[in-house]
Amino acid sequence: MDIFDFSDGREGYYGEYGGVFLPEILHATIEELLECFRECKADPKFWQDYVTLLQNYSGRPTPVTHLENLSRELGGAQIYVKRDDLNHTGSHKVNNVMGQGLLTQRLGKKRVIAETGAGQHGFATATMAAKFGFDCKIYMGSVDVARQRPNVFWMENLGAEVIAVEDGQKTLKDAVNECMRDWVTNMADTHYILGTACGPHPFPEMVSWFQSIIGLEAREQMLTQTGRLPDRVYACVGGGSNAMGLFQGFFDDENIELIGCEAGGEGVGSYMHSARLAYDDASVGVAQGYKTYFLQNDEGNMSETHSVAAGLDYIGVNPIFSHLHDLGKVRFEAATDAEVKETLKLTMRTEGLIPALESTHGFVVALKEAATMAKDEIVLVNMSGRGDKDIFTIADALDDAKWKSFIGGKADQYRAEKK
Amino acid sequence: MGLETFIAERKQDKELLVMAHVVCGYPSFDENMQELEIMAEAGVDLVELQFPFSEPSADGPLFVRANEQSLKAGTTVDQCFEFMKLVSERFSFKVLMMGYYNTVFKMGEDIFVQRLKEAGGVGYILPDLPIEESAKLHSLSEQAGVEPVILMTPTSSDKRLAQLGVASRGMVYAVARKGVTGSKTSMGDDVIGLIDRCRQHTNVPVGVGFGIASKADMDFLRGSADLAIVGTAALKTWEESGADGLRAFFAELLA
Repeated sequence: MDIFDFSDGREGYYGEYGGVFLPEILHATIEELLECFRECKADPKFWQDYVTLLQNYSGRPTPVTHLENLSRELGGAQIYVKRDDLNHTGSHKVNNVMGQGLLTQRLGKKRVIAETGAGQHGFATATMAAKFGFDCKIYMGSVDVARQRPNVFWMENLGAEVIAVEDGQKTLKDAVNECMRDWVTNMADTHYILGTACGPHPFPEMVSWFQSIIGLEAREQMLTQTGRLPDRVYACVGGGSNAMGLFQGFFDDENIELIGCEAGGEGVGSYMHSARLAYDDASVGVAQGYKTYFLQNDEGNMSETHSVAAGLDYIGVNPIFSHLHDLGKVRFEAATDAEVKETLKLTMRTEGLIPALESTHGFVVALKEAATMAKDEIVLVNMSGRGDKDIFTIADALDDAKWKSFIGGKADQYRAEKK
Repeated sequence: MGLETFIAERKQDKELLVMAHVVCGYPSFDENMQELEIMAEAGVDLVELQFPFSEPSADGPLFVRANEQSLKAGTTVDQCFEFMKLVSERFSFKVLMMGYYNTVFKMGEDIFVQRLKEAGGVGYILPDLPIEESAKLHSLSEQAGVEPVILMTPTSSDKRLAQLGVASRGMVYAVARKGVTGSKTSMGDDVIGLIDRCRQHTNVPVGVGFGIASKADMDFLRGSADLAIVGTAALKTWEESGADGLRAFFAELLA
């Protein structure tokens, strides 16, 4: 199935979701972007340059790892992990960013802006901008700045300007609004590097296209390493770009179940979560340039969202998933903050892997289900990012006394230096 | 009476009309009413009542905060429509709804048009709703006799302006510059050029907005535009110097 074939329907629409809902002033900019993207997509050399860039700069293809210990311990399906955490900058975000970097060159623009939640997309964008020689400004909610300082540190040292957004909930959605405001002012020399498969067309299609490299590799690797395709494939879903990337490798396989794992936060009924499709709290709306399921009230104002993982803490989900959810092509589940912390401990101790808090949501659901499956079945999980960036959050969650005393000591040292 | 006829009538007495703006429920509905009394006294011709939205991505910092504070204070769509009804019955200026499309989408386009009509609104401005997505809403509006205000911008190509011109009803809103609401626009040949280009593609009156703040801006636009659209500058004045300040602001603007 080609979900990006719009010849029978409306351009940029997936069922009733997607579209372009932007101020008129951006019309020409979006048209220009769409035209450039269509050229890139039709040009085999562009894709080749993209793959070569990622091979030489980011270590692709990333491997697939068989979690033998964990599979044995759970006694169910064989668990395999796609290791996008091994990318340069530590997550799958770099795929999309390098692709859009090449596209920015084609557009002839010299400045890039990006929103970021966990900071992984901002980190990747700052890295790309340094390599390509672009001016770079990153917008990040001030709540996220406070909980993801290590990424902010790196972005700034890579030469990007990081703006802490103080509007609204001060998280990812507010950073997106601020990017829109920058873009409507500076579109002549600026490309907006949107970080996930959300926003106005062509962003959902474009980001999905760049991320499809994950699924292309994984499919081949599974065939080589296990001689067959997995039975179920799992990935965490914030905006949904890593999941779209992996799932596209298996869209045409009827017997493979695809499972998107959202942030259950404090659980069903808590209204402190970011589960748009797994829970029943979201409804269809239009915001941030596109139509999809949003966590919002009856009057269309966005609700407060929550997740232990800043990168999943978002009001909307990519419009392609809203459509695939309607079609029953992708199943959506949620993992709670508490489950995420437990599973993270388990994967660290059993396999020596530290998935990002975001990616751990995929592990929660995959491990739960793998335990109930037969030993000759296979599940594949996307480890979209590595967790060392989360050291402050994880140390808090684990209430690690030695870490606290280390930070206390550091604080004392800085205070003494100030005097 | 439709927007276009109303503007034509008002233009018999003065060359450049003024459209003002308040964010419903900010600082409060009571203060909105005081602001509107001052605007009416000064002879403002049209007023946009902004229905607050949680993601006002086309607005600048002052209106962003106003939207946020209004929602925090509990402003609802019902209250906004009730307020609109009060205002449209009480004053001689005409009232438009300004807001973001999700507010309309969630209540349903048909209900929106009906409620707008009942509240005495003559039209609406939805900056994040492009004409490609407006067919049904525009046809419902036409049946009900309310008008969508289309935005024309400095980045719009002639081809685009032609498409926008076909869809324009009542009046068009020419966006004087790139960017969000609130920052200063230097009025120059660019703005006159934009107004001329707009007129090539539409016959309805042209209002110019974004960054209009002074009598000098008014003098500049007189003779070119039909309306000057004043938003942020008025709210800023109200916040800094209250009722007296706002009275002086509009007195000077409309002198």
